[in-house]
Amino acid sequence: MLAFVVRRLIGAIAVLIAVSFIVFLIFIVVPGGDPATRIAGKNANDQLIANIKHSWGFDQPFYTQYAKMMEKAFTGKLVSYTNQTNVNTQIKEGLAATFSLSIGAAVIWMFFGILVGVISAVKAGRWSDRVITIIALIGISMPVFWLGILVRYFLAEKNTWFPDGEYVGLTSNPFQWFWHLLLPWLVLAVLFVGVYGRVLRGNMLDAINEDYVRTARAKGLDPRRVLLKHVLRNSLIPIVTLFGLDFAAVLGGGAILTETVFDLHGVGQYAAQSIGNFDLPPIMGVTLFGAFFIVLFSAIVDFVYAFLDPRIRPT
Amino acid sequence: MAERLLDVQGLKVRFATEDGVVNAVDGVDFELDRGRVLGIVGESGCGKSVTAMTILGLTRGTNARFEGEVSYKGRDLLTMSEAALREVRGNEIAMIFQDPMSSLNPVYRVGDQIVEAITTHENVSKHVAKRRAIDLLRQVGIPRPEARVEDFPHQFSGGMRQRAMIAMGLANNPDILIADEPTTALDVTIQAQIIELIDKLKDDFNSAVILITHDLGVVADIADEIVVMYAGRVVERASKRELFYDPQMPYTWGLLGSIPRLDRPKPERLHSITGAPPSLINLPRGCKFRPRCPHALEKCFEEPRLEARVEDPKHLDRCWLVVDEKRSLREKTIAGEVAA
Repeated sequence: MLAFVVRRLIGAIAVLIAVSFIVFLIFIVVPGGDPATRIAGKNANDQLIANIKHSWGFDQPFYTQYAKMMEKAFTGKLVSYTNQTNVNTQIKEGLAATFSLSIGAAVIWMFFGILVGVISAVKAGRWSDRVITIIALIGISMPVFWLGILVRYFLAEKNTWFPDGEYVGLTSNPFQWFWHLLLPWLVLAVLFVGVYGRVLRGNMLDAINEDYVRTARAKGLDPRRVLLKHVLRNSLIPIVTLFGLDFAAVLGGGAILTETVFDLHGVGQYAAQSIGNFDLPPIMGVTLFGAFFIVLFSAIVDFVYAFLDPRIRPT
Repeated sequence: MAERLLDVQGLKVRFATEDGVVNAVDGVDFELDRGRVLGIVGESGCGKSVTAMTILGLTRGTNARFEGEVSYKGRDLLTMSEAALREVRGNEIAMIFQDPMSSLNPVYRVGDQIVEAITTHENVSKHVAKRRAIDLLRQVGIPRPEARVEDFPHQFSGGMRQRAMIAMGLANNPDILIADEPTTALDVTIQAQIIELIDKLKDDFNSAVILITHDLGVVADIADEIVVMYAGRVVERASKRELFYDPQMPYTWGLLGSIPRLDRPKPERLHSITGAPPSLINLPRGCKFRPRCPHALEKCFEEPRLEARVEDPKHLDRCWLVVDEKRSLREKTIAGEVAA
């Protein structure tokens, strides 16, 4: 157990170092990435740029710059090049919106994904399965930004049935919080519902043909119990892996498009703006934030996995 | 006379598939009395497993068609409702399967799976059911059953898993235990133990057993009566003694010849029946074994009936050959001198 945690921790640190270093290097290589020119503004002269380079430390070797940036990142002193705001504060401000969006969407996509998967597996080959399959494929194929804009235009602007973007804090007004997030949740969840439904359907159809399902039927269990206890339970194991990684990815930046389309001012939208501004410190901050969640959730997935599948449980 | 438990008459099972209608079982009759062991023997695809699964209604589906009668204590299992059949499954007729590695659900404890078999049919507390599961595991020879009941299937060896399957099958003290190739996936030494165990428990639980196998050696010890199946039909049926000492069907000779024997001179190579079983979609005309039979006659294009042709009226077979001719031909066939 302790060995597992230690191993996971070392792995996490390695991942974070690798990710941050790659982001940093890309920035040095990419044309137009030089922050001094951007900070200096349009009417800059060479002297000003040189001064900025010196005062911000851009004239130091890249490894020194990298080390300094990491030091700032982990002490919460990372500052934007564009508007000199503190990156940590900005991320914190976006957290509530991002978490609300991700968790709500995850609940929706898990619920409907499992529902869709079970129904289409039970009705495999019949017309209801075919209809669900087509809908799921449409859901998978629709890009979030396109669907989001359409939904926002038709349901919130042309017809004002829903609020037109923005995030309302859960504590300030729970109903408005829910009401404002409903469309973003659905838009973000659609893709995952389709994917999870398809994956679960496949898993269940494989499991139905397993010998232990035949054993369960031969015991005289009723079909519902066979399905829920013996088929679904085993089919959900791979879904857990998928969910852990997808949820972490959504938290750590996967919701960029949804947040931007619906003006939720979450971490994702912050990341999108920073990328538009070639602003390295916030990008670095958000990247580390996302990588942290991915590492964290892949560790959680391993724990849950061992709980679900006794064959890999350490004895 | 012992109580008649099962009476299968004229059973036919057909599956509609994309390639055509599969005649998986095409006319099978047998009876089973309490306390008896019936062996059903044949190659893969001869319909023996489908017969067994059909008894429990496990082959029911939109593309399956049934004919004939499977009468269990006077009730027809073929036409019984699914709900009534569930009361029979695992309770009055239990089944264990070929591969104990995959027949137990890997994510549940062995004990819980036995408990599930008990509580499905009996209104007892989990605690009581678990005590019974421990007793059952002890009866099937699992050491330290109090501890092993908490194990997961992957912590059991293959032989232990099959023992656990047997424990699960016997959990509700069924009248009939159907064992479908129970030893095929096991080591030879374990095979004998499992067969002995089934034979012993049959007496302890006062049940009857249907033992399905492709290996006549497996049924040699414990079967009372043996049914030899080929291409979905019964081709020979006799008491064990009759079948081993006076086999009438060239197919049975082939099966007997395929058993490695230590009491005969060692042949060059182990005898095997040439060719493959016929397609169940497109069956050959006449005797179904004709294309592979070294003794086939012109007459074999007409299918012989399953009837008594020797002194013992209970010894039935489907072969046109004259009995005396058979008796002289078969020694050579079984010894591997004539390819069969």
